[in-house]
Amino acid sequence: MPGPTHVQATINGEEVNFLCEPRQSLLEVLRDVLGMTGTKEGCNDGNCGACTVLFDGRIVDSCLVLGVEIQGREVTTIEGLATADGLHPIQQAFLENAALQCGICTPGFIVASKGLLDEEPGADEGRIRHWLAGNLCRCTGYDKIVRAVLDAGEKMK
Amino acid sequence: MVANIVLSEVEYTHIGKRPIRPDGVDKVIGRAQYGPDITLKGLLHGKVLRSPYAHARIKSIDTSEAEDYPGVRAIITAQDLPFASLSKEELGAGYQALKFASDHVLAGGKVLFKGHPVAAVAAANPHVAEEAAKLIKVEYEELPPVMSVVEAMADGATLLHDDLYTSSLGEISQTASNVAAHARYEKGDVAQGFDEATVVVEREFQTASVHQGYIEPHNGTALWSADGQLDVWCSTQGAFTVRSSMANVLRHPVSKIKVTPMEMGGGFGGKISIYLEPLAALLSKKSGQPVKLVMNRVEVFEASGPAAGSWIKVKMGATKDGKLTACQAELALDAGAYPGSPAMSAAMCAFACYDYPNGLLDAYDVVVNKPKTQAYRAPGSPQAAYAVESVVDELCEKLGIDPFEFRLRNASKEGTRRIEGPVYRRIGLVECLEAARSHDHYQTPVDVQPSGKLRGRGVASGFWFNRGFVSSCNLTLNPDGTVSVVMGSVDLCGTRASIAQQTAEALGIAYEDIKPSIADTDSIGYTFITGGSRTTFATGLATINASQDIKQRMIERAAAIWEAKVEDVEYVDAVLQHKSDSELRMTFKELAGRTLTTGGSITAQCNIDPPGEGNSFAVHIVDVEVDRDTGKVDILRYTAIQDCGKAVHPSYVEGQMQGGAAQGIGWALNEEYFFNGQGQMTNSSFLDYRMPISLDLPMIDTVIVEVANPGHPYGVRGVGETPIVPPLAAIANAIYQATGVRMQSLPITPGKVLDALWSQNGS
Repeated sequence: MPGPTHVQATINGEEVNFLCEPRQSLLEVLRDVLGMTGTKEGCNDGNCGACTVLFDGRIVDSCLVLGVEIQGREVTTIEGLATADGLHPIQQAFLENAALQCGICTPGFIVASKGLLDEEPGADEGRIRHWLAGNLCRCTGYDKIVRAVLDAGEKMK
Repeated sequence: MVANIVLSEVEYTHIGKRPIRPDGVDKVIGRAQYGPDITLKGLLHGKVLRSPYAHARIKSIDTSEAEDYPGVRAIITAQDLPFASLSKEELGAGYQALKFASDHVLAGGKVLFKGHPVAAVAAANPHVAEEAAKLIKVEYEELPPVMSVVEAMADGATLLHDDLYTSSLGEISQTASNVAAHARYEKGDVAQGFDEATVVVEREFQTASVHQGYIEPHNGTALWSADGQLDVWCSTQGAFTVRSSMANVLRHPVSKIKVTPMEMGGGFGGKISIYLEPLAALLSKKSGQPVKLVMNRVEVFEASGPAAGSWIKVKMGATKDGKLTACQAELALDAGAYPGSPAMSAAMCAFACYDYPNGLLDAYDVVVNKPKTQAYRAPGSPQAAYAVESVVDELCEKLGIDPFEFRLRNASKEGTRRIEGPVYRRIGLVECLEAARSHDHYQTPVDVQPSGKLRGRGVASGFWFNRGFVSSCNLTLNPDGTVSVVMGSVDLCGTRASIAQQTAEALGIAYEDIKPSIADTDSIGYTFITGGSRTTFATGLATINASQDIKQRMIERAAAIWEAKVEDVEYVDAVLQHKSDSELRMTFKELAGRTLTTGGSITAQCNIDPPGEGNSFAVHIVDVEVDRDTGKVDILRYTAIQDCGKAVHPSYVEGQMQGGAAQGIGWALNEEYFFNGQGQMTNSSFLDYRMPISLDLPMIDTVIVEVANPGHPYGVRGVGETPIVPPLAAIANAIYQATGVRMQSLPITPGKVLDALWSQNGS
């Protein structure tokens, strides 16, 4: 087994240095190496979206990316959305629309929605449902999530 | 068109409003601590070695190579459970129960499902634990698996347990059997009832095993200290249930076990049983360090849940005027590897929507080589309603009566006696049926069908008991005039909000001034699980009662400060005032600010086991489109109508109705455990076990019908479970309307639809 590798990357706008084993996923690095447990593990095989992060602005399942792959790249996680001034409009919309129940899928949905609304704040219901098809929620039936994303899009225009 | 309608008769200050939930910010910024998020100094990670076979005898386990693997700190097998060193004589009547509970946690003599835990390893990191677990050598003698209730009940069936006997109508069978129990509920004379009927319909139905599908995997972390104190952190619907289950299998006093419930990433009934917690405890005891175990998704599917698969036969008769004369059903629900399916609950729910003179129900709890089935939202009721509501639809068609008209003619109402005995208090089935019939959805014809597609509409109703049971709350008046509410109920999806709203209403203070939190088992009185649609009702009553106590103590304190008689002081709209001296007046916050210098904190607690939970009814309407060429079924429009009593937080009530409907849609159309010939699950991933995604569903419209529950001061009744009951039959009925084919087996996959369409056409 090769030893740990030094990785330097930008996570939520901050330069981060860490050691990681080649077999460790980005999800494992975030949660177990860096203590950033806001990104959730639901399946560890790319089928639930709970671990969604932005990787150079594109949404990815962090369980399908190796930790070493983020060398020199930019990652945004759920911890990077709110600022000292307050919540991100998507976070606020999720609260106001009661778009979370148990909350375990919520970070993944919010980050995935950011990936869409940053580019297309005017996305309609069909576009949102298509975009979020890789994120599973078992509590809500998606209704209030879709409404929250529509609502947030209005505010981000 | 209004998407979400609330039919309210009574308005309150806080109840019925839609405030932001108290735990909301933590959950949208990723700070909330769920079970797998915990870390402790010196934490070890565990991995479970599981059976590759559905049914086999364990001949030997050799852990020596794994023990020598670098980084391994502890290994356990069933020999490490107290049961292994207890004799049948010592345990007496409790022998079998402890055997089943212990074997479920770690298999002793036999493995009874693929994924059954056989051993567990603790190591410095999860990868090492996984590598070491693979080095444990287990020798098995394979046995034939028994996978369905029909197979398990057949004469000469292979037995899972050679010491399981059927408890049937008060008698124990002479020979061992896979049928753990047979119960019967009876009223009137069904033979006579069927003789009086103009139309009788009798059909058989089957449903597959389905999983609760929570996104957060099971997890458990434990620290067993040298003094015997055992601390546990886990995701559970009931910390006290984990404590008592742990005490049972570990033979350890409850007073030495502290369970801290972490935030919970979905349960739906599936996070009540213990799985990893006792393994973490034993590994911690052996290693002297804290140990965490988290299941992967394959383990969640193969070794937790599922909900019971079923075989159900229903026979119903009605007169030409559409009055039911007799209702009969046989219901066999699989329990998985150990007894305890919801067969009896299914039987009691089956005809609960109807007032009928003659009935006979036989329910069977049957063991098969699947993981031990667990509760899943209204356990047993969806399977039963699928069968019964399909037969009702056929009766309506044969009699030429509108499905709502038929249901209204036979609807249960206040005073109707259920077959198992209880008489309904005020219930809202009739109001739901009327609201459904007059809803825009039902009043609008099904859209014209595009070519190649078939469209239809179905309706169905559903029932769940709702529950009371024990809840505890501790309230503390803080010096700044806020009130802390500490409760034993875990928050699955808005409990903090609904309890804070009820507390604010009872005290007459602001919602934002209520600070709800959830305690560990050392810090609050016993509280039953969050489940059974009981928490908003029962824990709500606990906080309302404790709030009355807070008010009384504030009156007493004001009287002491004013040197007045207690009976001369009153609490009106969060103001303390003297009844005859208008000079003597203090606001809630003013008195709170003086508590520390006038006798100390004001606190109150309530421990309650309330009667008066209001039963719950729902009616769903669904439009489907069936693709004639592929057999795929799409949901075009969906409306869920339910008597929720007074909705405390309507948004979260709607969320329950929408989420339950979505789970029911998955159950009806896609979800299914596939087993190969060896009884091994072959679709244990979210890719192959296909739960509804956002693209599969339309917006789900809701109508909250508020028929106040007389057993609660604000009329609250449970909400969460009933929404999963009607969808299965509503969708099957809609598919019939679209295609003319009655689907009698779930899930209604494209393949089954095509088969049915082809046999209909004779091709």
